[in-house]
Amino acid sequence: MATDAPALPAGLTKGKRPPGLIADRGFRILALAAGLMVLVILALIAIYTTREAWPWFSAEGLGIFSDNWDPAHQHFGAGGLIYGTLLVAGVAVLLSLPISVGIALFVTDVAPQRIRRPIVYTVDLLAAIPSVVYGLWALFVLAEPLANLFQTISDATASIPILSTLFANPSASGKSFMTAGIIVAIMITPIITSITREVFATVPSAQKEAALALGATRWEMIRGAVFPHSRSGMVAGTMIGLGRAMGETIAIALVIGSSPRITANIFGPGDTLASIIANQFGEASGTHRAALIGCGVVLFAITILISVAARAVVARTDRRSAGTV
Amino acid sequence: MKRITGYLRWLVPTALIVGLVPLGGAIASAVDAPAQGGSATLNGSGSTFQQPYNEAVIGAFKQKNPNVTINYAGGGSGKGRQDFSDQVVDFAGTDAPYSAADAANVKGGKYFYFPTVAGPITVSYNLSGVKKLQLSAETLAKIFQGDIKTWDDAAIKADNPGVKLPSTAITVVHRSDSSGTTQNFTGFLAAAAPTAWTLGTGSTVSWPADQQSGQGNPGVGQIVKSTDGAIGYVDFSDAKALKLKFASVKNKAGKFVAPTVKATTAAVEKAQVNADLTYNPLNAAGSTAYPIASPTWILVYQNYSDAAKTTAIKNFLNYIYGNGQKAASQVDYAPLPKNLLDKAKAQVKQVGGTSSGSTSSSPAST
Repeated sequence: MATDAPALPAGLTKGKRPPGLIADRGFRILALAAGLMVLVILALIAIYTTREAWPWFSAEGLGIFSDNWDPAHQHFGAGGLIYGTLLVAGVAVLLSLPISVGIALFVTDVAPQRIRRPIVYTVDLLAAIPSVVYGLWALFVLAEPLANLFQTISDATASIPILSTLFANPSASGKSFMTAGIIVAIMITPIITSITREVFATVPSAQKEAALALGATRWEMIRGAVFPHSRSGMVAGTMIGLGRAMGETIAIALVIGSSPRITANIFGPGDTLASIIANQFGEASGTHRAALIGCGVVLFAITILISVAARAVVARTDRRSAGTV
Repeated sequence: MKRITGYLRWLVPTALIVGLVPLGGAIASAVDAPAQGGSATLNGSGSTFQQPYNEAVIGAFKQKNPNVTINYAGGGSGKGRQDFSDQVVDFAGTDAPYSAADAANVKGGKYFYFPTVAGPITVSYNLSGVKKLQLSAETLAKIFQGDIKTWDDAAIKADNPGVKLPSTAITVVHRSDSSGTTQNFTGFLAAAAPTAWTLGTGSTVSWPADQQSGQGNPGVGQIVKSTDGAIGYVDFSDAKALKLKFASVKNKAGKFVAPTVKATTAAVEKAQVNADLTYNPLNAAGSTAYPIASPTWILVYQNYSDAAKTTAIKNFLNYIYGNGQKAASQVDYAPLPKNLLDKAKAQVKQVGGTSSGSTSSSPAST
């Protein structure tokens, strides 16, 4: 057999295409299909939800951005919900970012080698807890002490101009924008931590050692060598956390107090796009149902906007840091 | 020794399997024995209000009809109506009929409303030192709208002559999820206090922001139970389970009536029943009627493609209208009054036939 085709390398037969080429082509088609599938699924979701929500868009027009959500009188303005979604996500990221960066720095640069792994595992474990468990914990354990804390803060700041509005009318049950923000902050901490940790780990040790050799303290080393190198990664991690925070549903539905409105009182009850779908979809029909599906479309649009903005920010910081470092 | 345990490891499961085969055969033949219309599976979804009742009846029905499997998933009346009109389920539970616009979109041909039971919605409260409370619709409307802020308000005093009321602030508790219970409670306020109540009627209304909200009936009940000065609307079985105190509510005849199963049946008896067996028991006439009652129906198609399903659903409905009515009050639901029960029984005969005089409905026929 081997003597029949002496000129060909092993595995190739005369007159046939090399099998490697067929496998290559097959792989290309498969990979292309997998890639296209994502786009097709996204498009199908967008088309279906927009079609189902159409009665709402056509009935309300620009009124979808008003803050009057009153199913009993057939008014469905999602302004209060958009506001609530952004507020809760914003509070969550503000609370979570410093903690996450702190944990990541501790694990990569401060903690002794042998306790790094256990810390990483523990933080990752937080991500494995179902969000309904977080919600119930917040409802039964966190809400009451928080209600007392809110009342104390509110009383203490009653005479300070801006803070008195911000902290006015605290919810007696502890169900509020702030409570939802706190619980979502805990939920996104493992996400931001693990991404920033990966980024910090890629900082070349030569740069860190060089900074230390120049007499920098540990903090100066982190500020001068670690942060500039990882700025875009930190932005990306924050944006992923923000996306997760905006889509969070059931934990928020349990602790936000279900009162769709635009208000500066962050200790008062509110509502978000995702949580109102969870709370009201079961009994909705007609325009109400269309409006709830429309809330999903609006959330989808906001998420896309934010992720596009995040990409722009990452690209810019990349360019800037490339110029300075 | 090692060798013996090695054999044992195989012996035990083998013995179990060999032993189970005849047992399995016995079970199979026992299942086959009472088969009348062949086996069938009925899937339903919808109202969570009737879910505990349905589960109790399905359990009892299954014992007598082991070859029929009935699954009832909750999800809410709105979901039930949507599933039914999309033909995703064989039957659906709902606390409210279709709106005219939605009724036009129901696929699957003609369908029926079958009223099953009713239930009172309690006005539960927690006020230390006050054991008995009476409220008129006007006062209730003002309390839930936030017009009345404290328990010693003149309007509450007027409803409760001789009762010493504290000056505790009122904490109103409503549902955070949308619900048929909210729909019926606000429906009562709109019907009985049309000028005082301005928030409208719906599965969710635009409540004032300083009120409290709870998830589901148990969520509302829990907040009422733990907050002095709280008041909320909670369905009867959950309010009883939490040992809450109920207010007596003034009915159309001007009498204060406490929420009970009997007073609810009395309200349904006085309600105007439409030709399709839908009815509205809210603010019913009659001096013994409790005015805030929740009706509930099962939606059933007239024709099923599978004859076994037709037989199964008819047997199930007949069971509900027989032993199921007797069991209702044990799970804190009100049975139907005789006038409505007779109409419902007559309607069962129309399922599976085009003429209303069909006699093929006897559950005993094979």
